[in-house]
Amino acid sequence: MSEVVVGHDHHDDDDHHHGPAKGIARWLFTTNHKDIGTLYLWFSFAMFLIGGCMALVIRTELFEPGLQFVDPEFFNQMTTNHGLIMVFGAIMPAFVGLANWLIPMQLGAPDMALPRMNNLSFWILPFAFGLMLSTLFMEGGGPNFGWTFYAPLSTTYAPDSVTFFIFAVHMMGASSIMGSINIIATILNMRAPGMTFMKMPLFCWTWLITAYLLIAVMPVLAGAVTMMLFDIHFGTSFFSAAGGGDPVMFQHIFWFFGHPEVYIMILPAFGIVSAIIPTFARKPLFGYDSMVYATASIAFLSFIVWAHHMFTVGMPLAGQLFFMYSTMFIAVPTGVKVFNWVATMWQGSMTFETPMLFAIAFVVLFTMGGFSGLMLAITPADYQYHDTYFVVAHFHYVLVPGALFSIIAAVYFWLPKWCGNMYDESLGKLHFWLSFVGVNVTFFPQHFSGLAGMPRRIPDYALQFADFNMISSMGAFLFGFSQLLFMYIVIKAIRSGKPATGQVWEGAHGLEWTIPSPAPYHTFTTPPVVSDSNAHN
Amino acid sequence: MANSQENPNYYVPESSWYPVGIAAAVFCLILGLGNFLNDIKSGGDGSLFMSLLGLALIFTVLYFWYGTVIRENESGIVNTQLKKSYVWGMGWFIFSEVMFFAAFFGALFYARVLAVSWLGGEGGKGITGEYLWPEFKPEWPVMTNPNPELFPGPAENMQAPSTASAWAKYLPLWNTVILLSSSWTVHMAHSAIKNSKRGAIKFWLGLTVLLGCIFLVLQAEEYIHAYQELGLTLETGIYGSTFFILTGFHGFHVTLGTLILAVSLYRVFRGHFNHEDCFGFEAASWYWHFVDVVWVCLFFFVYIF
Ligand code: HEM
Ligand SMILES: [Cu+2]
Repeated sequence: MSEVVVGHDHHDDDDHHHGPAKGIARWLFTTNHKDIGTLYLWFSFAMFLIGGCMALVIRTELFEPGLQFVDPEFFNQMTTNHGLIMVFGAIMPAFVGLANWLIPMQLGAPDMALPRMNNLSFWILPFAFGLMLSTLFMEGGGPNFGWTFYAPLSTTYAPDSVTFFIFAVHMMGASSIMGSINIIATILNMRAPGMTFMKMPLFCWTWLITAYLLIAVMPVLAGAVTMMLFDIHFGTSFFSAAGGGDPVMFQHIFWFFGHPEVYIMILPAFGIVSAIIPTFARKPLFGYDSMVYATASIAFLSFIVWAHHMFTVGMPLAGQLFFMYSTMFIAVPTGVKVFNWVATMWQGSMTFETPMLFAIAFVVLFTMGGFSGLMLAITPADYQYHDTYFVVAHFHYVLVPGALFSIIAAVYFWLPKWCGNMYDESLGKLHFWLSFVGVNVTFFPQHFSGLAGMPRRIPDYALQFADFNMISSMGAFLFGFSQLLFMYIVIKAIRSGKPATGQVWEGAHGLEWTIPSPAPYHTFTTPPVVSDSNAHN
Repeated sequence: MANSQENPNYYVPESSWYPVGIAAAVFCLILGLGNFLNDIKSGGDGSLFMSLLGLALIFTVLYFWYGTVIRENESGIVNTQLKKSYVWGMGWFIFSEVMFFAAFFGALFYARVLAVSWLGGEGGKGITGEYLWPEFKPEWPVMTNPNPELFPGPAENMQAPSTASAWAKYLPLWNTVILLSSSWTVHMAHSAIKNSKRGAIKFWLGLTVLLGCIFLVLQAEEYIHAYQELGLTLETGIYGSTFFILTGFHGFHVTLGTLILAVSLYRVFRGHFNHEDCFGFEAASWYWHFVDVVWVCLFFFVYIF
């Protein structure tokens, strides 16, 4: 490991590298992967709070049956924007932020491969989301057609602001594509000598595959919104049967993007959990190779399952069967992963610091989401479940205690490396328990209301669902407000936490733990030599 | 000059205002375009000022940005590893473009093979079409749309003719010839660089740019013909929709490609590129070959079959 330290000590005599610029210029013009990572993470947190407020508007309206707080038109805008902002504004940028911070440090690279483009990928986002949020204040209101924006709701019957929504999606897509190109170029080209592919930390592997998925499907989404734009403004009839097109075609194109997209939101999470569990179980990750192959097979399968979102639109029988079996097949590589995490913990000397608590909750609750997914994959059963709260429960289990918990776990895990200080462990644990309880109280009852037939995206509901909804709303407020505690813990750690050591965690392995905390502004300007001891595990 | 060096350290550029400048310019373009489109739709005149300003700003910043990249390259701070990053970057960018076109080709196949025949009453899903528009006959190109009041069909289409003499006058065929030969000329330009024949580079690259321009002129000609004589427009149903979106976005990419090649040509005149360092040119030529392949697919699936 010593050669690593020698490697990075060289950075002072490297004349074109110095510390950060002062003031706002630092953040606007930076080409530093750590600065850009920080920007992404704070941006994502801001979006998380905004999207969270929208969720609370939704849960307030659903607290009791009847229409009380907002009118249905606005309710629809809330569900739509909540989904869009959480997916594109909170979860995805958070993972890109983590990638920026971690991938160069984990690979022993001086920075991302294309630093100026890296800055561009970030700075597009505030403009894109500024534009999208501004639609809420436009005449006729913002997007109100659901985050899946099915035609013709999003074309023929859309508010005028849909034009800006379309352009905002174009911009987000451009940002994701550039970010992914950067990540792929970094991983393929910037690994330190000795950092072979099969020595890379899993976070790099999962991001490599995620970036590939992003480059493959974001352009398809761009194509879909472009066709919408043409249908709306130039009189084409892609999604209009009257002109020989087909609204169902929109759904096919959307979900060809949309299903890989849900894996885009979970694969990096797999990488994070695969870093945290071995650290606190003090054992190497069980089945590293199989983790890599499982990730790759999930990515491949994610391209051939999309129509499981469309079982009820009327598809030929052969199609229904194909998509049912291919969907179920994804459970196999997913199962491999869950097995490996559990096997890693098996007989480990475990301790339960906050990141580990979130990681364990991830394994358990994500698996539950996977099981409800399997139920939904059964075509005839999905006829019943489709568009009910059961689907809402399913995807919130995989996204909130799944993707989001992994992001929170990652922040607790790497924060000491980023800012040089430890967070307050007891407050962290408190945050965990509040979130854990909150998430289950919110989403578990939705399985029941869904199975009993409560439709999603509806501001009012039959009296029989009243109890479950009230519980759900209470859980949502608990969960939502606990996240303010998270913000407090993070800021407190940055400003006045106990100084962290370089290795931070007793069981931590990997290049990022060989440099001091906080990580210097430039790391590995001269590549380290990677020995087996600081490779993955 | 470039590449004689071997710089051990990967070059990480200083902070730079270009990216955030581009982001702001794109925002300006898009805000202007959105307002313009919405204004037109609600019967206003629409002003393109803001979007054109945005476009101008984008080009201005790109001018500085690429200027800087070229200077960095010529000054030798760029090592082989960084060049490889550019290679990967361009390669994956082209892959993203492939997927963008894949969306439109997907729409074309779906409409042709599935949607139109269902609308015509075929297959298990035919019942809806049968009920809604019993008159509708499934055919490709669709000349009479399911609802001809809403979407009057085209008078004629662009499908390839059946007689040999008509083929000789068939514009898309000539466009294919032009684009395929331009792929060859750009390849010749590349060989000329590799053999350090400066004169030949200028000739072949200039010829490529010229062929690109001719293609664009002919394409414009074809569109005018379609709009004015064939009654084939964006509004004439699914055939016109897929035809124009595919050929239109392809034409847009040819425009970009021609522009990039023209910049390369200018750089050749400035003495840039040599036999071992010409990635700026190679990237442009990859892009050009890609645009060419898309055209071949278009020619088969949009025009011939
Ligand atoms: C074993 C793995 C999984 C299976 C078998 C599965 C299956 C399904 C099925 C069949 C549906 C459609 C339900 C319907 O609309 O009737 C669905 C919806 C959904 N799933 Fe999954 N899923 C799995 C994992 C995931 C993961 C990992 C994520 C995200 C991280 C995810 C996110 C979603 C979302 C967002 C929706 C709803 C989309 C919408 O209609 O708004 N799923 N899932
Ligand atoms: Cu799916």
